[in-house]
Amino acid sequence: MNSTWSRFNITSIVLGFAFLYLPIVLLIVFSFNESKLVTVWGGFSTKWYVSLFHNQGLMDATWVTARVGVISATVATVLGTLAALTLTRFTRFRGRVLFSGMVFAPLVMPEVITGLSLLLLFVAVGLDRGFLTVTLAHITLTMCFVAVVVQSRLVSFDRSLEEAAMDLGAPPVKTFFQITLPVILPAIISGWMLAFTLSLDDLVIASFTSGPGATTLPMKIYSQVRLGVTPEINAACTILIAVVAVGVIIASIANKRREIQRQLDEQAAQRG
Amino acid sequence: MKSLGSIRRDFAPWNDPNAKPYIQFDKVTKKFGDFTAVNNLSLTIFEREFFALLGASGCGKSTLLRMLAGFEEPSAGRILLDGQDLRGIPPYKRPVNMMFQSYALFPHMTVEKNIAFGLKQEGMPGADVEKRVAEMLKLVKLEQFAKRKPHQLSGGQRQRVALARSVAKRPKVLLLDEPLGALDKKLREETQFELMDLQQELGLTFVVVTHDQEEAMTMADRIAIMDKGEVMQVATPAEIYEAPASRFVAHFVGNVNMFEGKVAEHTTSTTRITGATGAQIVVDNGSNAAAGSDIVFAIRPEKIRVSSKKPADAVNALEGEIYDVAYLGDMTVYHIKLDDGQIVRASALNASRVTEDPLTWNDRAWVSFRPDAGVVLAR
Repeated sequence: MNSTWSRFNITSIVLGFAFLYLPIVLLIVFSFNESKLVTVWGGFSTKWYVSLFHNQGLMDATWVTARVGVISATVATVLGTLAALTLTRFTRFRGRVLFSGMVFAPLVMPEVITGLSLLLLFVAVGLDRGFLTVTLAHITLTMCFVAVVVQSRLVSFDRSLEEAAMDLGAPPVKTFFQITLPVILPAIISGWMLAFTLSLDDLVIASFTSGPGATTLPMKIYSQVRLGVTPEINAACTILIAVVAVGVIIASIANKRREIQRQLDEQAAQRG
Repeated sequence: MKSLGSIRRDFAPWNDPNAKPYIQFDKVTKKFGDFTAVNNLSLTIFEREFFALLGASGCGKSTLLRMLAGFEEPSAGRILLDGQDLRGIPPYKRPVNMMFQSYALFPHMTVEKNIAFGLKQEGMPGADVEKRVAEMLKLVKLEQFAKRKPHQLSGGQRQRVALARSVAKRPKVLLLDEPLGALDKKLREETQFELMDLQQELGLTFVVVTHDQEEAMTMADRIAIMDKGEVMQVATPAEIYEAPASRFVAHFVGNVNMFEGKVAEHTTSTTRITGATGAQIVVDNGSNAAAGSDIVFAIRPEKIRVSSKKPADAVNALEGEIYDVAYLGDMTVYHIKLDDGQIVRASALNASRVTEDPLTWNDRAWVSFRPDAGVVLAR
């Protein structure tokens, strides 16, 4: 592999990263702006962070988003895992192709359509729009993502592990909880985190299915921006970025350490 | 006393008409959709026997083992264990344990937890579990690895953990699915003898599935040769090798030369065969093929002697030319092209360092063999 730093390489890297990160850097920089005018630098200040925590509307929206995220991600993880289990284990039931297609269709369905159809459903059954409907909508949205993540793990799962457990005297339910679940747990956790992130991030479906008193953070930010961008919003977004970045960094460090540990273990095993 | 093969077997319940069968496959058939994996198969295995199911992949041997373990139910027929019909009994209630080809060690548990798993399922008290686990670790010489997880072990160590886990519950029968398949050649040979010792020590009945004939020959008391869901022959390793029941078995185990021919004359003591191209072969080992029937004469390469001159005392001798020679150290392999065009494989043990009668490519040579050296098989 050619590893020299040619001028062309440097230029493309700089351009690429600038394209990706310049908007975010600007947002972070202006969140520390003293001035109320978003695009004019008036000196360094953290006052917008302080005022952020006194903005009851934003704080409420954050709380709603967190609750919707945790509940919908948890339910979606249970349902998605069950769907993945069914799809990988019972490969010969009638209508399997249809079923798997239907589980994965929401992955490519335009969010506007998902949102609209859910709205129609909630109206039809007379469900008042609010916290419950947003949560249900987010379960619908994220369940298929969980199913995909868990299914990809289950495909490589060695079925003889379960057979061995049963052979040693464990009934099927015990086998599932003592063997299958612990082995696929990392995939289930990543599925949950993916579902939580998607729920945190969603604006379109929430706009369709939410009602009074259940405004999520993205909805709140969006509506405030329409009245004019304030440095307060920049501060809120910076905190969101920080939370996501810390999560990603912790996850990758943990992953890296596990990998190193595994290599050390394998070397130890080779030595005997 | 004459016997087939060089090992005298004192343990031979299969020759005793009063011996009680331990495992019985009674007209068992297993179908997967249109595919018949096991076809109307009957087989009897005795207590404390080391029994091998040998066959190419897809011959139904693994299916047979999985039906015994309870992972598959027969489509027809019965499987009896110690007189009890196993139909409908789930795997977790059967008194058999299995060692899996992939070992199937639980990756999230340590070695001792893996071994203890089965014991805990049957509700054994904690102190007894600990004692049994320690015993098992000692048996497979892995005491210092008790706290390790499977990925921290080498292939051979994993194999021994899998073995310890499957015998920990003292099953009536231990099923082994290609137990040595994942080990390298040297380790495999060592482990073969370890397995035999273990079987003796624990006094268990072992049923092993393998595609490796050497493995089956080394370890088993009896071997069942399988093909396309049917048993071709069940016999001791020596009988399988020296008295194969069919062309398939003779071909499947070891090397063999086949001469097609007709029975020219049949008396109580000898059978005279005329080969397709006129060669005469005399056999005196009790074939009952009637005169005039089409047969094949099968003879193993090491039973054939190669010499530059026709041996004076030879009953069966055929002339040809050395076509290929390979010196392997412990033995030399000759390919001789007979005058009728057939190529014969012969192998000679290099019992001494020097030889009086060296042969090389294109030499004229005689192949000779005793009248009891080969067997007559149906065509």
